[in-house]
Amino acid sequence: MTAIVNISLKSGVLDSQGKAVHHALDALNFKGVEDVRVGKQIVLKLTSTDKIAAKAEVAEMCESLLTNTVIEEYEIELIS
Amino acid sequence: MKVTIVQFPGTNCEYDTQYAFEKLGASIEIIWHKETALPADTDLLVVAGGFSYGDYLRSGAIARFSPVMNAVKSYAEKGGKVLGICNGFQVLTESHMLPGALKRNSNLHFISKHHHLKVASTDNTFLKKMEKDEIVNIPIAHHDGNFYIDPDGLKALYDNDQVLLHYCDEDGKISNPNGSIDSIAGITNKNKNVFGLMPHPERAMDTILGSDDGIKMLEGFLNT
Repeated sequence: MTAIVNISLKSGVLDSQGKAVHHALDALNFKGVEDVRVGKQIVLKLTSTDKIAAKAEVAEMCESLLTNTVIEEYEIELIS
Repeated sequence: MKVTIVQFPGTNCEYDTQYAFEKLGASIEIIWHKETALPADTDLLVVAGGFSYGDYLRSGAIARFSPVMNAVKSYAEKGGKVLGICNGFQVLTESHMLPGALKRNSNLHFISKHHHLKVASTDNTFLKKMEKDEIVNIPIAHHDGNFYIDPDGLKALYDNDQVLLHYCDEDGKISNPNGSIDSIAGITNKNKNVFGLMPHPERAMDTILGSDDGIKMLEGFLNT
């Protein structure tokens, strides 16, 4: 099973990278962009075949290492 | 007075820190991150600056799981003095030994220059030799020094006098190089025995190198 973890800054936390990208898009004349948030994606190949257990384990990984929950939030997607 | 300095793969300020504290008369021991115990006679534990684990994932995120960090945590829980400089500050926030987090600088640049700092509180063991509102000139050198904490956390820091340093200009006017909330450059934990700061006082020990303001800052740390 594969787990895809999408990590982004929490909505109240200023995303300087997103702002810079937004400015650059604007400079390239892409005028229809309202907001840009830059995140990161971590892809995990798991041995587990149990979706519920896998999700719980990946959530634990996110809480302990993969994200800093002071500033970041995450979403987990599982693909079997 | 014994200062123990922790060295991770990628730490690069351990010898500057050694030089600084030796200059002040302390004896130094640098210990590798695989150690599971600190020297018993440690009076001050320093997590030095650098790029532990190449800053992979997030600055300080992986160093937190080094064996030595359990010893550092229990040392702090028993009241031992812990100082985290730059990457050391990042390691201490990632370890939850200090509140908040250090984000990418707001201008996205690595900033390396001398910067003035204003002392916000001297009601602690670290800056007790300095005056409140005293201004010092200390180098900064970081990419992720943008201190963040939520509004409740910020209020708690001020209520308990845990904010020790603000970035300012040479006249003491607040000047923010990296986007830190409230221009905060250094904080302590609740018990005020763990101190983290982004600036490098150990690099301000000789006037020939731009400033020796680090001396009076670090002297206070040695005074038990």
